[in-house]
Amino acid sequence: MDWHQLIKITTAPDNVPIVLMLFLMPFYTWYGLKQSFANDRLIERLEADPELAKTHHRKTQPFVKGWDSTVHVWPYLLKIEFLAMIIVTLILVVWSIFLDAPLEEPANPNLTMNPSKAPWYFLGLQEMLVYFDPWIAGVVLPGIILGGLMAIPYIDVNPRGNGYYTYKQRKFSIWMFFIGFLVLWLVLIVIGTFIRGPGWMWFWPGETWDHHRIVHAMNRNLHEFIGIKDSEVWKAAGFGATVVGAYFVLGGLLCDRLFRKFATEMFKKQNFAQYATTIALTVMMFGLPIKMILRLGFNVKYVMATPWFNI
Amino acid sequence: MSETKPKNKFKLPTAAELKEGQIWKSVFRHKLDETPRNRSLAVLSNVFLHLHPAKINRDAVRYNYTWGMGGITFYLFLVLTITGVLLMFYYHPSKGQAYRDIMYLMHDVPFGNFTRNMHRWAAHAMIITTWLHMFRVFLTGSYKPPREFNWNIGVLLLLFTMLLSFTGYLLPDDQLGFWAVTVGTNMARATPVMGSEGPFGPQLGFTAFNDVRFAILGGSIVDANALLRAYIWHCVAIPIIASVLMIVHFWRIRKDGAISGPAPVMIEQDLSGPVAKKA
Ligand code: HEM
Repeated sequence: MDWHQLIKITTAPDNVPIVLMLFLMPFYTWYGLKQSFANDRLIERLEADPELAKTHHRKTQPFVKGWDSTVHVWPYLLKIEFLAMIIVTLILVVWSIFLDAPLEEPANPNLTMNPSKAPWYFLGLQEMLVYFDPWIAGVVLPGIILGGLMAIPYIDVNPRGNGYYTYKQRKFSIWMFFIGFLVLWLVLIVIGTFIRGPGWMWFWPGETWDHHRIVHAMNRNLHEFIGIKDSEVWKAAGFGATVVGAYFVLGGLLCDRLFRKFATEMFKKQNFAQYATTIALTVMMFGLPIKMILRLGFNVKYVMATPWFNI
Repeated sequence: MSETKPKNKFKLPTAAELKEGQIWKSVFRHKLDETPRNRSLAVLSNVFLHLHPAKINRDAVRYNYTWGMGGITFYLFLVLTITGVLLMFYYHPSKGQAYRDIMYLMHDVPFGNFTRNMHRWAAHAMIITTWLHMFRVFLTGSYKPPREFNWNIGVLLLLFTMLLSFTGYLLPDDQLGFWAVTVGTNMARATPVMGSEGPFGPQLGFTAFNDVRFAILGGSIVDANALLRAYIWHCVAIPIIASVLMIVHFWRIRKDGAISGPAPVMIEQDLSGPVAKKA
């Protein structure tokens, strides 16, 4: 898209939320990390001085002896909730007065919208369609994302950081969440919103959307790189299965090595099911950026191609 | 005593007298003077406020811990329910009429455009706040015991919030919604084993006329049946499911010992004690 198009996309009413996210996400990441680092400094101080740790109230919030540790919900919490309601209402009212919800032409199955995009919060999934067939991008990966989120409380065996912000005490889980949520999920949405144009092709900001651009399908399946032809179905499938299998086995072994070395405590504490789930989720999560690099950088279409399904 | 003047029946009662009267007392069960007892009763004797405990962690009322995101998400859900019901008065879930109803709302219904806008923007905002809420729950480690189950309720709420938004997208029956839902449901075609274009689907006898996508849309294309289904999921089924999940979510927050923090930080010495060694 050229700059004019970029402005058009950025100011499209339905894209306001994603533009908002571009500011909110970094802000809240900073806001959370700032408190994490403050707590980390307190933790360091207390660990260095066990005597202080016995008497300290152990929070960065101020506390004076004699203060109650609790306060009445009425009025201390309710007045804040009331204020929040007013502020949110005000924002919505102003937003609704100045920006109209879009309404396009009536639905017409014969007139394809190009590009036809899902709502912004699903653009991550739509962007995954570039790298994987729909059964993976649209069904399996969302399932893994939800399942993985649900598994978090049961595989994170670290007892620290329960109820306070900290980075130092939970480096591994925080990094994993940042990579999965901030990097993969949100970056894919940004790509889907701002980079993808007609035909779901890649247009850098500054490039004009060209509805007639044709990309010569240069993507090749991985087995073609080593001279196996698409027509040699079984050979190709076997080769693909080996590569995929090898990725999981070697990736799993690599994770195992790294976890033993750098996440020793987690390794010791997790039972087999927890450990295996952690490794499986890690390997699968990194499968996405790896496939993205293979596709965008090396024009690899499928790693494993069979007549029934492709990966 | 017998000399007292008879009470004047026609004198209006003062505010103070009203507060002593039967009507007032039947509604409000306690006084409102600033005593700890009354402050607690204000919360506990009110069906809406008793979601809250009477007292909470003094540091949890600060904005910086929860960011207020769960509460704001819930408030947006309420806004959406109210504006949504208003929109329903003018909307027919049938092909052709649906689009005209939206035009009518935008141009003729008093405050119709405003109501529609607010419904739209609150829906987008709710998705953002739900994500931010999850983000803060993660950063504060609030999914750790005893709150594992409530995190899972939360993941379901996340899913249903997004489905709520997605089903609503089709309802104006315009190009935007039509193609978004077409793209979205096309993926269902590729469901392994159950989709007509998914791995092993065709081999098991699935076609465009009997696979999961057909079940979702009530047809092989996004048409009248799909519109009606989206409408019912959007206005009836998912709101009910989400409400039930929210009831459980809020109940669980209380049962898990209220909000998780800000808790006192843990230091390594706490972990190397005799208790921790056993684990
Ligand atoms: C419709 C969506 C949701 C609503 C209305 C909602 C509402 C709330 C509210 C009002 C709280 C009280 C504390 C706060 O405001 O932060 C809360 C806490 C909590 N929520 Fe949600 N929530 C939703 C979605 C989620 C999601 C997506 C997750 C996680 C995946 C989640 C997990 C939790 C957990 C674990 C707590 C307890 C936190 C603590 O004790 O610090 N919720 N929720």
